[in-house]
Amino acid sequence: MSAIDLAASVRRGEVTATDALATALRAIDARNDELNVFLHVDRDGAEARARAVDDAVASGRDPGPLAGVPVALKDNLCTRGVPTTASSRILEGWRPPYTATVVERLVAAGAVPVGKTNLDEFAMGSSTETSAFGPTRNPLDPERVPGGSSGGSAAAVAAGMAPLALGSDTGGSIRQPAALCGIVGVKPTYGLVSRYGLIAFASSLDQIGPFATSVADAALCLEVIAGHDPRDTTSLPEPAPALVDHLDDGVAGRRVGLVSELVEGADADVVAQVERAAAALEAAGAQVVRLSIPELRLGLSAYYLIAPAEASSNLARYDGVRYGRRVAADELGAMNEATRTLGFGDEVKRRIMLGTYALSAGYYDAYYGQALKVRTRMIEAFRRAYEQVDVLLGATAPSVAFRFGEKTANPLAMYLSDVFTIPTNLAGEAAVSVPFGTGEAGLPIGVQLLGPGRSEARLLAAARVLEVAS
Amino acid sequence: MSRLSRDEVAHVAHLARLRLSDEELTTFTEQLGQVLEHAADLQSLDLTGVPPTAHPFELRNVVRPDVVGESLDPAEVLDAAPDAEDGRFAVPRILGEDL
Amino acid sequence: MKSGWEMVVGLEVHTELRTATKLFCSCANEFGAAPNTHVCPVCLGLPGSLPVLNERAVEMAMSIGFALRCTIAPSTFHRKNYFYPDMPKNFQISQYDLPINSSGYLDLPDGSHVGIERAHMEEDTGKSTHLGASGRLHGAERSLVDYNRAGVPLVEIVSAPDIRSAAQARLYVAELRRVLIATGASDGRMEEGSLRVDANVSVRRPGAPFGTRCEIKNLNSLRSLQRAIDYEADRQIELIEDGGTVRQETRHWDESTGVTSTMRVKEEAEDYRYFREPDLVDLAPDAAWRDRVAAALPPMPGVRRTALLQHLVDPTDAQREAVEVVLDLDLDRYVHGAAEAGLDAATALARTANEVAGAEDGADRLSVEAFIGTLRLEASGQLSATQAKTVLADLLAEGGAPEEVVARRGFTQLASDALDGIVDEVIAANADEWSRYRDGDDKLAQFFIGQVMARTRGQANGKAVVEILRSRRG
Ligand SMILES: [Mg+2]
Ligand SMILES: [Zn+2]
Repeated sequence: MSAIDLAASVRRGEVTATDALATALRAIDARNDELNVFLHVDRDGAEARARAVDDAVASGRDPGPLAGVPVALKDNLCTRGVPTTASSRILEGWRPPYTATVVERLVAAGAVPVGKTNLDEFAMGSSTETSAFGPTRNPLDPERVPGGSSGGSAAAVAAGMAPLALGSDTGGSIRQPAALCGIVGVKPTYGLVSRYGLIAFASSLDQIGPFATSVADAALCLEVIAGHDPRDTTSLPEPAPALVDHLDDGVAGRRVGLVSELVEGADADVVAQVERAAAALEAAGAQVVRLSIPELRLGLSAYYLIAPAEASSNLARYDGVRYGRRVAADELGAMNEATRTLGFGDEVKRRIMLGTYALSAGYYDAYYGQALKVRTRMIEAFRRAYEQVDVLLGATAPSVAFRFGEKTANPLAMYLSDVFTIPTNLAGEAAVSVPFGTGEAGLPIGVQLLGPGRSEARLLAAARVLEVAS
Repeated sequence: MSRLSRDEVAHVAHLARLRLSDEELTTFTEQLGQVLEHAADLQSLDLTGVPPTAHPFELRNVVRPDVVGESLDPAEVLDAAPDAEDGRFAVPRILGEDL
Repeated sequence: MKSGWEMVVGLEVHTELRTATKLFCSCANEFGAAPNTHVCPVCLGLPGSLPVLNERAVEMAMSIGFALRCTIAPSTFHRKNYFYPDMPKNFQISQYDLPINSSGYLDLPDGSHVGIERAHMEEDTGKSTHLGASGRLHGAERSLVDYNRAGVPLVEIVSAPDIRSAAQARLYVAELRRVLIATGASDGRMEEGSLRVDANVSVRRPGAPFGTRCEIKNLNSLRSLQRAIDYEADRQIELIEDGGTVRQETRHWDESTGVTSTMRVKEEAEDYRYFREPDLVDLAPDAAWRDRVAAALPPMPGVRRTALLQHLVDPTDAQREAVEVVLDLDLDRYVHGAAEAGLDAATALARTANEVAGAEDGADRLSVEAFIGTLRLEASGQLSATQAKTVLADLLAEGGAPEEVVARRGFTQLASDALDGIVDEVIAANADEWSRYRDGDDKLAQFFIGQVMARTRGQANGKAVVEILRSRRG
């Protein structure tokens, strides 16, 4: 059942939140050992929430638009009293004393958080293989990755363990796993959703967004979590946009740009589906043009300097002093070093060192400084493109879900998984990945719709057209 | 990979409070060198006069009123600490300077 | 200071701001609370927390900028990255290439002028207690950290290297402290650490380029500041004269031994990897906001000092000191009130700096009108100086009007009616002295005043006595 239908049934008293939760927990119990989707299932907390929703309905109060909907949370979202690890040994056992704004908003809307899902350690990865707690398996083919870094959240929705999940997207970490798991994923405009309580990877790029099996569910979830939060200075000063109301706006009269750089190097099956999506949009009344935005080719390099630079600073706080794990030593510096050396995995170390290097005296201008200028170029290039078209179209990922270990030996090969998604993060704009057809081995393919900041309603309406045509 | 030397990686690891074995130093030097090699496309661009973008938005002057709010329960805070004593976080002896 | 040498000093002064809350979170900014009771996810640097800038801290920083005649410009926040357990995030949020205040100056009471390079906002660190050994870091077994102070707003004021002596450095800090207190941004308490000073010291032959500087830390009082700078300049001169060279380094001042010693040399200095704080947006106060802050500022000590000194002709050192007392205690209104009422400014200054300043909280009860009224009674001869002081003491203790005190103490009777009689009695009892006085020996007036004072227990007005003597002389 979709989240929208489930919430409607719960609100009407036809289904109890407790039953909906039981269904979710059964699905989790059936496959979590196999797939390693949830790092922690908060049964007690979820049952208490579900009962509260049922009590509200019984006493005639409206629990909200997500009444009784089980939601999976990426384990980089802080939840008071519930273990939160960012899939890192260094935070093993930590229970935050506070709750992320998005989680508060979900709960206020009647949703029932069921647990915390696996991710690449500190969201650094594209396959969930860098998790300290083992990889998540793709529910559609357990020999393959679910994508990453929000692989656990994507897999939870794809496996029917929860109708909705939240992920975070720094360079594609919602869209790419959504594509690889055959579901919808939205990367909102930077600032649309509060980051308060999201364990930071790269602060100027991170954005929380929804996973859902349908465009409408994703739209509803985003409406609930979006809107200004005074605890996040970078949050946009406006309420959540109306999205559900615009789902059926269609694309008639819209100008769509099929971007050559957003399919370049993708597998043939992926390219074919993007072409088919262009045709579907055209058939729905859009005018499709082909265009090139050469600046997008610089995205990967800029991203792998900017994101690690911010990460190197964001992750400095994990030092064994205030929370999380400590590896004992008889002197502070040695304790810090032992804690971080044993607490972080290799990918995290790689990025911390890369970022430290890019910011260090003598290299700042050549690397980090130059990357920030490229970012300016990227924003200008998108702006010019949006003078010509309303929406950009491309692939989400270069291939269908790949096999475990295929890209772990060569970091650069893994980084290339995000080549089509990264530019949106650098520009702080919005994008949606929507499943469209299948490719190799019958695995799903996601196509990506990109728009300027605050264009979520337009993008979701276009995604809905593809969803119907698929 | 000539973009990055072993010594530079060792220095960066020290700045970041990470300890690397000889073997790790070799691997990381090579891997980081590859990423920087890929980033060479940026270095060759002439971007003089292009302003840097550190933030993807144009917000300004976002402030909060100077009104006291709730703090955390010190017991809960210290309970999360790997080591605490006397209401404070405890760390082993500090070699280095007074700050 | 050895002749043939000149010292060059620049000072970095950190002042905590007197906001209700910390710079980036709503925890109380309060000194002396139980450890780790004013902490939250933000100031503890918990994963997922985000800073939100305190509006009042920005206004206080702007106030300091205005007071120091700085340019107040659009600014940004940066992260200064280094590992230290007092710092919850292992970076400090500070301002770097674009500080809120830059290029100002401070005029000192001795007429000298010190440039201000910048005055920027940043957050304070927590506080470590070192266990074992002497409470110093070296030799400690273990350290305990309290984060109550972590995130308290600071403004760091960096002077130009315009200071040329330890005494001038002391004068600068003292005057800066007065300015900071006047703005309301700081309580100026050096002993509690809410005002902290680092000194950059170098020496050179006059006219030569700047020498290599050393930064001295741990200057907890004006006295330490002055001693440390003198010591350090002498150390550098001696080193150079012995054929050595000064090494750029950070040095620690030890108050008990009176020497500075190496903390860290420049090569060991951290690479701070400054970059823009991505969790905060730019700060660009518009003209309306700036004007509002400027309009709320009281006059600064320099302006007030000039205004007070204007009432005096060729002020003496004692009078200058009295002016500083009046400035420090914010008692200008008494001196200005009396001067504007046409009373003697020197007397008003003396009464303010002694009687008014000496009574704790007395200024709360003594109205300017009552002060002027008392001085007017003294000037007209209705009160003696001693009586006037007594009246002021009563007013400072209990409030009210001088006439009430005069009536209650019976000073009026003595001044107008009784005094004639007492003077006549004294004349009668000292016929010899009286005849000499009448023959023109004016020095004897003092003798008669003394006699009258003895009989009235000091409650007579000297001038009134002389007038009666003159009238009796005919
Ligand atoms: Mg500073
Ligand atoms: Zn706080």
